[in-house]
Amino acid sequence: MFIGQDELEAVKVSPVLLCIVYYVSNQISLLFTYSFMNSFHLNHAPTEYDVVIVGSGAGGGMAAYTLAKAGAKVLLLEAGGYFDPADPKYITQLKWPYESPRRGAGTTRAFGDFDAAWGGWDIEGEPYTTVKGTEFHWFRSRMLGGRTNHWGRISLRFAPDDFRRKSMTGVGEDWPIGYNDISPFYDRVDKLIGVFGSKEGMESEPDGYFLPPPKPRLHELMIRKGARSIGVPVIPSRLSILTKAINDERGACFYCNQCGRACQAYADFSSSSVLVKPALKTGNVTLVNGAMVREVTTDPATGLATGVNYIDKATMDDVKIKAKVVMLAASTGETARLLLNSKSSRFPQGLANSSGVVGKYINDSTGASRSAFIPALMDRKRYNEDGVGGMHVFTPWWLDNKKLDFPRGYHIEYWGGMGMPAYGFGWGVEAMNGMIAARDGSMKAGGGYGAGLKDDFRRFYGAYVGMAGRGEPVPLESNYCEIDPSVVDKYGIPVLRFNYKWGDYEIRQAKHMQDTFEEIIHSMGGIALGSKPDASNNYGLAEPGKIIHEVGTVRMGNDPKNSVLNKFQQAHDVKNLFVVDAAAFPSQGDKNVTWTILAASMRTSEYLFDQVKKKNI
Amino acid sequence: MKRRDTLKAISLTGFGLAVTPVEAAVPAPPTPKPLKIPGGRQKFEAERDAKLMGEKFFTPHELQTVTVLSDIIIPADAKSGSASQAGVPAFIEFMMKDQPGNQTPMRGGLRWIDNTSKRLFGNDFVACTKAQQIELVDQIAYPKLAKTGMTQGASFFSMMRNLTASGFYTSKMGIEDIGYVGNVPNQWNGVPNDVLKQYGLAYEEREIAGYE
Ligand SMILES: Cc1cc2nc3c(=O)[nH]c(=O)nc-3n(C[C@H](O)[C@H](O)[C@H](O)COP(=O)(O)OP(=O)(O)OC[C@H]3O[C@@H](n4cnc5c(N)ncnc54)[C@H](O)[C@@H]3O)c2cc1C
Ligand code: SF4
Repeated sequence: MFIGQDELEAVKVSPVLLCIVYYVSNQISLLFTYSFMNSFHLNHAPTEYDVVIVGSGAGGGMAAYTLAKAGAKVLLLEAGGYFDPADPKYITQLKWPYESPRRGAGTTRAFGDFDAAWGGWDIEGEPYTTVKGTEFHWFRSRMLGGRTNHWGRISLRFAPDDFRRKSMTGVGEDWPIGYNDISPFYDRVDKLIGVFGSKEGMESEPDGYFLPPPKPRLHELMIRKGARSIGVPVIPSRLSILTKAINDERGACFYCNQCGRACQAYADFSSSSVLVKPALKTGNVTLVNGAMVREVTTDPATGLATGVNYIDKATMDDVKIKAKVVMLAASTGETARLLLNSKSSRFPQGLANSSGVVGKYINDSTGASRSAFIPALMDRKRYNEDGVGGMHVFTPWWLDNKKLDFPRGYHIEYWGGMGMPAYGFGWGVEAMNGMIAARDGSMKAGGGYGAGLKDDFRRFYGAYVGMAGRGEPVPLESNYCEIDPSVVDKYGIPVLRFNYKWGDYEIRQAKHMQDTFEEIIHSMGGIALGSKPDASNNYGLAEPGKIIHEVGTVRMGNDPKNSVLNKFQQAHDVKNLFVVDAAAFPSQGDKNVTWTILAASMRTSEYLFDQVKKKNI
Repeated sequence: MKRRDTLKAISLTGFGLAVTPVEAAVPAPPTPKPLKIPGGRQKFEAERDAKLMGEKFFTPHELQTVTVLSDIIIPADAKSGSASQAGVPAFIEFMMKDQPGNQTPMRGGLRWIDNTSKRLFGNDFVACTKAQQIELVDQIAYPKLAKTGMTQGASFFSMMRNLTASGFYTSKMGIEDIGYVGNVPNQWNGVPNDVLKQYGLAYEEREIAGYE
């Protein structure tokens, strides 16, 4: 039932189809240039761009790709450096732990020495603050492609209900659009970028155009068997990794399990290699790296955006850019920061903020986890089970919230198996080996040394699993980011101050996750590790920001009084200003948000094209 | 150099001051040594690594103690070599500099070991007989059994065990020992049949037949 794949194949092999694709895109591109020229009647100095895009992550990369293909002259400004996972200068893929003096420890990179993220929770010279008694952790990647170079590639569509949770439950907010508005774009993103998965026909987890999913690993088969026995579904995961090649630019996955290091074959999705590079090839995009945008400029007479000012990080020069349209894709936090910092007499509360909503309703996924030891997996046969860079199966949300004491769902991600040893290997064995009988059946105290300890490491290798819930929170007005009145970064730009606290719904959801984790672990004969998180620690609910799915600071809606953008992610107050990252999303479903960022950015970019054509912009 | 020349020019022509005080106030930055940035590293990381490599944390005596302890934790056996043969002491040395929070527990722990072995046997730990070393290690190697007065040693020994295990199993020798056979381009075709059979598991129809 994998229609998607057939179509992808067709695109790959059929020269006729290719011609049509090229023909259509050429027509569009001519039209676009023509319309832009006509609708603005401005002098075409080479320094005025049709569109300036701020940020090259998922949202910005897709906008640059879509607009460049349509023929717009695009300036792509990226605060971080250039990155190409196929250039030996940047490659960490297939390196061994002993090629790192810290054996892969996360001293300078949060997710380990080989991870493809430049930046992290803290960036030298670029602080952020939190209001006392609240918490927020902000992960930023400063590089071409943003956080998509090392993201988990979990690529899920929102379901119809995810767009109307307020109508269904009375809390939160509905989207101004529904599944039918966005599903054609999901379809095109599936085909353009590639995602594997399986058709399941679940209303709450819509199917797409899928490449074949990889077979589950041993521990994943055990999880599946156990979880299903207690009524928890387990299905193939959906990751944007090419289990089959889809074009000549990108190779197929060779199963190294290291997508987090970014793939030199371009077999996984990164905005940098899959969107920005082809966009640059059109000749329509000018990319500037090291460009830290500090404000969006406006014309005091018309109130329209006129461009942006950025700081060239290498020279510290302040550079002024003129553009007919400004698109923000600097990430949920940075986009809000930019608007709030773009104050003028006409926009005293910050740009596009007559509603006062910019910065409010920030919300991150909930997260809680538990790991386990599986005695049946001790002393297992060795073979290469690296697989793709992520889980091969997962659990979509399966229950009815009407019957629960919290209004939103979560999905479960799994890990385990015979992975490449890295810093932290063997850590804490003293809490483990006292629980497990030795080969002769005798028990010993936890800890030890010598030949017996070495034997324990061999027996235990590959016998651990873990699971983590990723859930939907209810967005709250009382959770917000704002400009800190007293702190600036090293570029002199005022920084964000966060104010975020979890509510009771999220804490109850985490409790439910913990109960479920234990049931799954027991269903597969496992021993849950550590003590079960409880009320004293919010049931292990991760601090806000830690799951790195923040959305909602510049939300879209139909009412300009409580939303910033219209249903096309165009500012109510400034018609040539668009937001194409997750700042625009009123909520985030129990799905990771990036596939929706991509689909929505494509939709907004085409809407812009259409508006220019109709001379509305 | 340029900056310095400018300052010189200003000081001489503009203010008629002597050159020396201005130079002293704004010393020219040392000419940076050209550093080759290894693939996959950011510049600041390469510089940081080079700087850490140039520093020394352990005294020779401390390093010797670390070596003896790590080989007690991971000795050579029929399958693989010992911790020190896999380069573990050098890894631990690096981690002390890379994550300085390790320094006091490590240095203090090594001192604790010597203090205790002197009290028990009249010698530094490394100068004790093998039997004496093991007698002391036995009192700190099992945290739950550690007696009063030995619990600090047990914490230290756990730290040593963690670092030793991580260092050993991330070395070439340790990876071979543990039997990790990945990190090479390959085709994943699922769990081998004999393994499926061993665990009484099977793939679903669509997984065997292939997804259309
Ligand atoms: C470890 C990890 C795992 C993840 N796993 C998943 C997953 O499996 N599935 C999923 O859906 N999501 C996942 N995510 C989240 C995902 O990475 C983000 O949702 C996505 O990258 C957001 O895209 P974006 O375009 O909004 O911003 P980003 O990708 O953050 O890109 C923003 C870009 O803008 C640039 N920028 C910022 N400010 C400025 C400025 N002032 N001027 C110029 N440029 C600027 C930044 O340098 C950056 O390159 C994960 C994230 C992390 C960190
Ligand atoms: S698992 Fe596949 S897609 Fe991911 S980095 Fe390795 S080869 Fe590339």
